[in-house]
Amino acid sequence: MAMTQTPNGFDLDTSGQRVVVDPVTRIEGHMRCEVNIDEQNMIRNAVSTGTMWRGLEVILKGRDPRDAWAFTQRICGVCTGTHALTSVRAVEDSLGIDIPENANSIRNIMQLSLQVHDHLVHFYHLHALDWVNPVNALKADPKATSELQQSVSPHHPKSSPGYFRDIQNRLKKFVESGQLGPFKNGYWTNPAYLLPPEADLMAVTHYLEALDFQKEIMTTRTIFGGKDTHPNWLVGGVPCAINIDGEMAAGAPINMDRLNYVSGVIDRSLEFVNNVYIPDILAIGSFYKDWLYGGGLSGKSVLAYGDIPDRANDYSAENLMMPQGAVINGNLKEVHPVDLRDPEQIQEFVPHSWYSYPDEAKGLHPWDGITEPNYALGPNAKGTRTNIEQLDEQAKYSWIKAPRWRGHAMEVGPLSRYVVGYAQGHEVITDQVNRTLRALDLPVEALFSTLGRTAARALEAQWAAEMQRYFMDKLIANIKAGDSATANVEKFDPATWPKEVKGVGFTEAPRGALAHWIRIKDTKIDNYQCVVPTTWNGSPRDNEGNIGAFEASLMNTKVERAEEPVEILRTIHSFDPCLACSTHVMGPDGEELAEVKVR
Amino acid sequence: MADTPSVLILGIGNLLWADEGFGVRAVEELHRGWSFPDNVRLMDGGTQGIYLVQHIREADILVVFDAVDFGLAPGSLKLAEGDEVPKFLGVKKISLHQTGFQEVLAMAEMLGDAPAEQLLIGVQPVELDDYGGSLRPEVKAQIAPAIEVALDYLARRGITARRRAQPLDDDITIASSEMSLARYEAGRPDAAAALRQGDARVLTAEGWRGPEDFEAEIDQLLSQPARPR
Repeated sequence: MAMTQTPNGFDLDTSGQRVVVDPVTRIEGHMRCEVNIDEQNMIRNAVSTGTMWRGLEVILKGRDPRDAWAFTQRICGVCTGTHALTSVRAVEDSLGIDIPENANSIRNIMQLSLQVHDHLVHFYHLHALDWVNPVNALKADPKATSELQQSVSPHHPKSSPGYFRDIQNRLKKFVESGQLGPFKNGYWTNPAYLLPPEADLMAVTHYLEALDFQKEIMTTRTIFGGKDTHPNWLVGGVPCAINIDGEMAAGAPINMDRLNYVSGVIDRSLEFVNNVYIPDILAIGSFYKDWLYGGGLSGKSVLAYGDIPDRANDYSAENLMMPQGAVINGNLKEVHPVDLRDPEQIQEFVPHSWYSYPDEAKGLHPWDGITEPNYALGPNAKGTRTNIEQLDEQAKYSWIKAPRWRGHAMEVGPLSRYVVGYAQGHEVITDQVNRTLRALDLPVEALFSTLGRTAARALEAQWAAEMQRYFMDKLIANIKAGDSATANVEKFDPATWPKEVKGVGFTEAPRGALAHWIRIKDTKIDNYQCVVPTTWNGSPRDNEGNIGAFEASLMNTKVERAEEPVEILRTIHSFDPCLACSTHVMGPDGEELAEVKVR
Repeated sequence: MADTPSVLILGIGNLLWADEGFGVRAVEELHRGWSFPDNVRLMDGGTQGIYLVQHIREADILVVFDAVDFGLAPGSLKLAEGDEVPKFLGVKKISLHQTGFQEVLAMAEMLGDAPAEQLLIGVQPVELDDYGGSLRPEVKAQIAPAIEVALDYLARRGITARRRAQPLDDDITIASSEMSLARYEAGRPDAAAALRQGDARVLTAEGWRGPEDFEAEIDQLLSQPARPR
């Protein structure tokens, strides 16, 4: 049986050559994918798997719920703040704690700052090399690069031929020293790279500029979080005090000088996004606008929990500035409401995941979630249990569970948020999307692609940078009106808590919808379940045979060279996957080099 | 290098993965027991990868504590200096952050700001594969010697630390008080509740070899009664 059709509309054909990419590099954590390609090198079957077991839920059991944020912050290196925020929201929800308006504004500014930071770093430092060829940049004419720069972004201050020549020389020295550093492991002779050398040099230059600039964005979270690298969070609000007329000193409360500093960072972030990030997306996009693969579920089924509450403590769709809703079966005319408490809506399935449920025909809502490992390979798997050569996707094949919204496999992330926002007629989003499509002379369907995912992330960075300004103004106005409260500690003492409660906290992490479901019993964590963005996107097949978002996105993509699957990396990277929290990372696997096997 | 060099003492790794937490625990302990002049910065780098680039660029002298696979006996301390540092960090990607620290150093260098002097104080881990677990005794015992090495290295460069009369309390150190070593260890759920025995972690790139009797371990795991919920 080589041909099957999935209920979510994909024709799978497993008869062609099998290509294995393990691990997929330049992502957080460890992931593997396998595809079958036909004689024309088109992908006709796709299997994505998280190859390690996660166990965050079980290490939190019995701990103090007020500490959970610190643990979730350590799951991985990139989502630190957003996991912490989700966690404190879950605890506040379960205990009925209202936070002050200032805390809401500050949390939003921190979360939006993370969005800008993460999107920028993702594009330039993890994703750009799927489109940009740094080795080709060595061939560029600096003068022509300068002209290109001035044409795509007249306001960019650094555009002289000498500037580009310097960067090119630096790059040359780096390449000649044989250390290639972050540029190693690329397929630099692959015909899938389409940019002329000048565009490559411009983009590599911005890779360095972004690396330099991103340090500033972090300072916002450092100021409000009180600590560099790992900001503090607090159940009931934020852990920073405000004294608007106070002196500057280490450990002193937030004062006007610090708020002004944050304002400056916001201005410069917006400037960078407008003058560098967005023009680069349009410039690079213009060379790849015929490469519209990778849409997968984005034009069919997308989900957004929403985030950024305008007023504190109201998490209803109407009050969230980042859109909430679900689109199914490609019907953009109808956006369905989403309720994370409804046991019928979000459920996790495990027929193709290495876990056991009492009844695997049914899904479980995260409040009733079970995490019980059950590792077994299917009869058609090749290799051994400890060294798998080929997975059997008819059986269990991933450590990632399969979450579904009313039974549908969904894509989450910036593109999903933008599709939901576009379908709802969200003013800013609609305008941004239409302007981008016009600039590239593309129809709206082009949005449902790898390129669309990458573009939506850039547009969202622009939106997030501007929204920071809104909450900054709101914060300052509120403080000036005499309200300096930042925390509500009324229910901080566990003696005031009921014996048994449950709650849910959600955010839109940079890479998609994120929620933590918690049960507290006798003041300790009784059950903690995280459904992270990459659980949605990296989901394996479910009991009905629906394929997940990564899998769907790889379908019907042309691969230039089977042994150099740059197209697969390009599309998987466009999701900004983070496997560190969706799976359990283990042991000394060592090499970062992607291993590609063609069978 | 400026007259007063800027010094960064950085602990890296993930606290949640047993001996992977060595770097962060070592720098926490150093901060508890010692005070430094203003040109010295101590930092819990966690698994922040690219986000650490700017701090490294600002440093003239970089001292890194980390758990690294040197292929030595578990619990051994191993030092690397200068150009050797990235080489060791690149051998095996122990840190779970995909942007290996080696790559972060390369990025600093590409920006023309690599620290002039670098010291890696690495420990060979005993156990990484214990999610939610703490440092193993052999590794914990290397914190004090590792600190001595760092102090000595800095003293030779004219940077002297002063021993605090009283070690700092957890809540005022750079440590996360919610995850201070004592609280982290004491609050751990027991092995049955956390399903720690024989977690089936497999399936990686070639080169990893499973336990001696993997099937038996899995069978034992599967034969256990369902976890109480």
